[in-house]
Amino acid sequence: MSAFSGIWVFSENMDLTVEMLGKGKELAEKLQAELSALALGYNIEEQARDLARYGADKIYIVDSPIFKKLQVDPYLDALTKLANEHKPEIILIGSTKRGKELAARLAARLKTGMIPDAFKLEIDEEKRLIATRIVYGGNGVAVETCRTKPQIVTVPPRTFEKPKPSERKAEVVRLDVKLEEPKMEVVEVKPVEAAKARIEEANIIVSGGRGIEKKEDFKMLEELANLLGGQVGNTRPLAEDRKWFSEWVGLSGKKVKPTLYIACGISGMIQHIAGIRDSKIIVAINKDPEAPIFEVADYIVVGDLYQIIPALTEKLKQTLK
Amino acid sequence: MPTIIVCLKYAVDVTQIKVDPTTRKLITADAPRKISDFDKNALEEAIRIKEKFGGEVIALTASAEDASSALREALAMGADRAFLIKDSSLQDSDSSVTSHVLAKAIRKVGSFDLIICGEASIDSYSAQVGPRLAENLGIPVVTYVRKLSLEDNVLIAERSLEDRSEVVKVKTPALVTVTKEINVPRVSTLMDVIKASKKELVTWSLSDLGVSSEEVGAAVEILGVSAPRIERKKVKIEGETPEEIAEKLVKALIQEGVLGG
Repeated sequence: MSAFSGIWVFSENMDLTVEMLGKGKELAEKLQAELSALALGYNIEEQARDLARYGADKIYIVDSPIFKKLQVDPYLDALTKLANEHKPEIILIGSTKRGKELAARLAARLKTGMIPDAFKLEIDEEKRLIATRIVYGGNGVAVETCRTKPQIVTVPPRTFEKPKPSERKAEVVRLDVKLEEPKMEVVEVKPVEAAKARIEEANIIVSGGRGIEKKEDFKMLEELANLLGGQVGNTRPLAEDRKWFSEWVGLSGKKVKPTLYIACGISGMIQHIAGIRDSKIIVAINKDPEAPIFEVADYIVVGDLYQIIPALTEKLKQTLK
Repeated sequence: MPTIIVCLKYAVDVTQIKVDPTTRKLITADAPRKISDFDKNALEEAIRIKEKFGGEVIALTASAEDASSALREALAMGADRAFLIKDSSLQDSDSSVTSHVLAKAIRKVGSFDLIICGEASIDSYSAQVGPRLAENLGIPVVTYVRKLSLEDNVLIAERSLEDRSEVVKVKTPALVTVTKEINVPRVSTLMDVIKASKKELVTWSLSDLGVSSEEVGAAVEILGVSAPRIERKKVKIEGETPEEIAEKLVKALIQEGVLGG
């Protein structure tokens, strides 16, 4: 028998914790293991107790004002101490930037392996956790496993469905862990343009690529997006080369999974495609019939977007009335 | 004057990977290698700090392959010295191994003020070596840095996270990982390349570092890598006029049930 047992789930983002509990429950059933949620935060008790409804058998709460700073050091300190004491077999950590740093450092401290950004998780017949992730800039899908325990994996937001809540009870353990102050001092915090809706959560995205000649022409895409209640996106060259935007859709930027993705004048570089692969329906409009985007599109329109988009907007206005 | 160490990965050029059409396995063995993109940003940042404050920039690479061309390029860009840890037993290394080996090499190189790494590598994109290396050396780490300055022994770094950006201060020695936004790496001239050929490039094996073969067993096993399979309908929408195309497309999207309300 392995000395390690149980599945742990942690993210500083509670929504992500809930999503991982859904998958965690499935893995826990296969392993016949206990599923624990870790809630590390300040005045977090109520939120933490609620995690029982999403499948946690046990909830560890560490409540401390130190977590208000949202710095990795205290999370790491707490997780290292808890993991050394309780020896979980699997630790799922939410793949935010903080979470990825945390997972890598935790793995170093626990002398174990870490697999980042898994989009698929399974238990094989040897009871190993098998994680699948994208590698080589979207050119490859790698299937990996940790040889050492705990097996640490990070899971990006919105990878797994949020489970349906049910009336269940969990054992709640409040822990008093002595935590060190973070090594770095935060001297300034700027929220990310809060007014701007997050494209990762958009249901419909109208996105422009190099086929858009001028930045002003994005008005045309905005009109279409507004009509559909969606958002506008763009590719990396428009951000990096033309400096029109500060962000982009793609593996290296924002990964999206809308129900409808309309790619306008986008050639379809692999890193862009890797960022939209989870879209339900992809429409591609491009005048180049050889554009690689057509290989990954559900609906293909070979034509001039400057004619097609206004016609599409007009038609939708009539239809949606 | 600061001593800055930059860790460079000799990575697979992901734009040049081919796929075996029958097995759908990726052919990475003969794909060209290069300095991983963000690591070049790390190097550029180190050189800029040196240009401002003096000091020394040391480039470091651990690889199973002969990555000396990458380190020559680093020397041409402006690194002062370079160390290549080359050992065939690093063939299947993962980030736990790489960060262990780099930590040993850094201890052998001597004292330093700052280590700069790229946020992640272009090929495996796991973003672990920087944070793990900092843990192995017991120094603070600041990840995802897009602006960096140094005041005596204090680093001031601006970093972007999903929900906010922060400016943080931390005492050196420390490690930072940088994003692409931090700078545009310089292109070296022929003159730089010629000058760099006289600079010191030392090659070490694992035994030179006192690292045994048991220490380089990867913690993560890769069971397989294949090309992603993307199944799409690929329905062509054609028509005489843009209006006709628009009409057909709207009809199709309504049938798919993706137009919302």
